[in-house]
Amino acid sequence: MMNKSDAVTVTDLRVRRGRTEVFDGLDVTIPRGQITGFLGPSGCGKTTLMRAIVGVQKIADGTVTVLGEPAGSRPLRHRVSYDTQAASVYADLTVQQNLRYFARLLGAPASDVDRVIAQVGLRSQRAQTIGSLSGGQENRVSLAVAMLGAPELIVLDEPTVGLDPLLRAELWEVFRGLADAGATLIVSSHVMDEALRCDRLLLMRAGRVIADTTPDALLRDTGADDPDAAFLALVERDAAEDRS
Amino acid sequence: MSAVRTFATSGRVLRQLSHDHRSVALMLIAPSLLVGLFAWLFSDQEGVFQLYGAAILALFPFIVMFLITSITTLRERRSGTLERLMTTPLGKADFIAGYALAFGLMATLQAVITVSFAVGVCGLEVAGPLWQLGLVAVVDAILGTALGLLASAFARTEFQAVQFMPVVVFPQIILGGLFMPRDQMPDVLHVISDWLPLSHAIDAVAAVSAGDEGWELYGPLLIVAAFAAGALVLASLTLRRRTP
Repeated sequence: MMNKSDAVTVTDLRVRRGRTEVFDGLDVTIPRGQITGFLGPSGCGKTTLMRAIVGVQKIADGTVTVLGEPAGSRPLRHRVSYDTQAASVYADLTVQQNLRYFARLLGAPASDVDRVIAQVGLRSQRAQTIGSLSGGQENRVSLAVAMLGAPELIVLDEPTVGLDPLLRAELWEVFRGLADAGATLIVSSHVMDEALRCDRLLLMRAGRVIADTTPDALLRDTGADDPDAAFLALVERDAAEDRS
Repeated sequence: MSAVRTFATSGRVLRQLSHDHRSVALMLIAPSLLVGLFAWLFSDQEGVFQLYGAAILALFPFIVMFLITSITTLRERRSGTLERLMTTPLGKADFIAGYALAFGLMATLQAVITVSFAVGVCGLEVAGPLWQLGLVAVVDAILGTALGLLASAFARTEFQAVQFMPVVVFPQIILGGLFMPRDQMPDVLHVISDWLPLSHAIDAVAAVSAGDEGWELYGPLLIVAAFAAGALVLASLTLRRRTP
């Protein structure tokens, strides 16, 4: 069902990587203006689904519609931003040089560079090359690139991995601010306490969505009091269905 | 194509180089050292350096630029930055042209230094004007850049990229007419050598050495330029926004 209020509509998506079938007819809708969390064990298809949404994944069948356009089509390249799981920035450039390059590609104003550097808390490292930063700082530069311009859909693959709790909390404030300003965010994570900060959760396992829910409903339905336990309960329930 | 995004990409590539002093030094000085070694080797044999010196001048920029370009673009493919670029408004042709411009500029600098060294220090004499020798060296270096861009599409690792050199470069050197005049080769090899761009590059150098003007020089040079342009077009066709 195509709905104007949906940011992403995935219908009957089939993806094969090598000999393994990652998705065999996946259907997903993601509402606009919210933070949707993709959660699930590694290898469940989170990254492949994100790549399909930003239009860099070769798909065997099915349709992916993003903001009313086919995923990856030309008009979307200004409106959708993507941060890959491994930091995708140039190790031999400084923080500022990296961001200036991407800002020029996007046609974003020069002032954006300073804004996003501040948002990810790297103001004092801005003249350092990426190679001299820590892994967590490098990931934050990569995240900053995804916040350049004014993307309507921001797809972030594990943006907070390897960061300390304080920094994670700060970044989630930034994400919330972007969503409040009207952007749609898709954030994958396997840190379950981050699930509670999302508006909506897609729990995935083995190429399927096993739950499309909200943080409150997840805890209520499973009777668990923390998201880790709730997630385990759901995965076990799903695995039991597989066996029967 | 977009001039802004093409120049932004060239600027970024050059800025990356500017952080890597050792590579810049190798790129600019190594060909001169090799020419010097060659001149020294034949210093007691009158005329040999005069015979082969100019041709060597056409080879080194080609080889050096082939290697540098194939490794650099392969790094971009493997680091995830290419995937990120493919989600931005950057066109494939912008990407290839950006690289070709940046390395073309480096190739020009390299040619100026190498030709000056060969003539000023090693005493190379050519009958034609010096700028023509420089022009041939630049076109050869651009050919190396273009083939390097194309070769990187077929390599999955840096190791494979380096292995392309014996496959792509060496046969062209062996059949190029340096070791044996091309019209004395077995017929089949002569025909093959007609289809290898480096043969024409060596013809162009021979024309400058002999002081030939007009079509004798610009004919082969145009063929080399056409090969370079063809390789650049093919390279941009091998770029894929969607990958498996």
